[in-house]
Amino acid sequence: MRLDLILRVGAKLVLPFILLFALYVQFHGDYGPGGGFQAGVIAAGMVILYAIIFGIRAAKQIAPSALVETMVPLGVAIFAGTGVVSLLMGNKFLDYSDFAHGYLHAHEWGILIVEIGVFVTVCGTMISMFYAFVQRGPS
Amino acid sequence: MIGNPSAEAFVMAVLLTLLAAVTLAIARQRNMFGVVILSSIYSFLMASLMIVLDAVDVAMTEASVGAGISTVILLATLYLTGSMEYPQRRSVAIPLFVSIVVGAALVWGTIGLPAFGISNAPIHEHVAPTYIEFSKKHDMPPNIVTAVLADFRSFDTLGETTVVFTAGIGVLLLLQGGWRASGSRRKDETEGDDEI
Repeated sequence: MRLDLILRVGAKLVLPFILLFALYVQFHGDYGPGGGFQAGVIAAGMVILYAIIFGIRAAKQIAPSALVETMVPLGVAIFAGTGVVSLLMGNKFLDYSDFAHGYLHAHEWGILIVEIGVFVTVCGTMISMFYAFVQRGPS
Repeated sequence: MIGNPSAEAFVMAVLLTLLAAVTLAIARQRNMFGVVILSSIYSFLMASLMIVLDAVDVAMTEASVGAGISTVILLATLYLTGSMEYPQRRSVAIPLFVSIVVGAALVWGTIGLPAFGISNAPIHEHVAPTYIEFSKKHDMPPNIVTAVLADFRSFDTLGETTVVFTAGIGVLLLLQGGWRASGSRRKDETEGDDEI
């Protein structure tokens, strides 16, 4: 696959910043716009851009199929597991009040964990869908 | 976002006109590649519109999912299916009739809605003030959207995450689920395909 040098170098420059922006959107979601869903899509977009420019084989070295396909159910498990933990603490399902001392602290922790769950599922789903389409090949 | 109300109205009018133009272009376009690119433009316009409406979270989602990921996925689909639409054989009368009736019903439905941007719409009377006051009282995160999504209404978000999960599993089953039955190995085990 021969592609422009400019495209490759440009992509290499942009890629780390896309990932950084995804992490910013993820962890700054309490204060700015965004959250797990948007961050997951942006992070998946980084892997997809990498795959488009450097080939699917290179992309699988940074995000193997087995990993992204595990991420799809793992995020839901993190989210639902948070609810089960809050049940075990004697609260209602997904009531984060006992996760830490103080109302704000506990709820910030709860939101953080739940958003990580959303991130993992969304990111995994987007990347594995892209892999599935690309591997199919025209019939 | 934009202080001057007439400037905001102007920007809205421009964006909505462009949206209508893009929609007509999509309907007339016969080349699927053009349709995909136009729908990507549509999503970007929609994201801009959401920013004008101060819904930055929605704008972000629309820009990243609508204009980003779905464009890539649709282009990957075109690579599998070919990009020209088959010529129309049947008449367009029935589809046209259905679209006009459904469109008219939707427009008719908007007549009963409260006026756009009005402050005493039902949602601003009970639900929104409760969230805002509760957030203030308990010092919740400043972005109330996040607090609503991941805390007040985390049940909904759990459901949405499950929807994403189900959709992903469905696509994976459809696209690579047949390999076990047909006896052929998955492509990524036999050869690395790096053409897109």
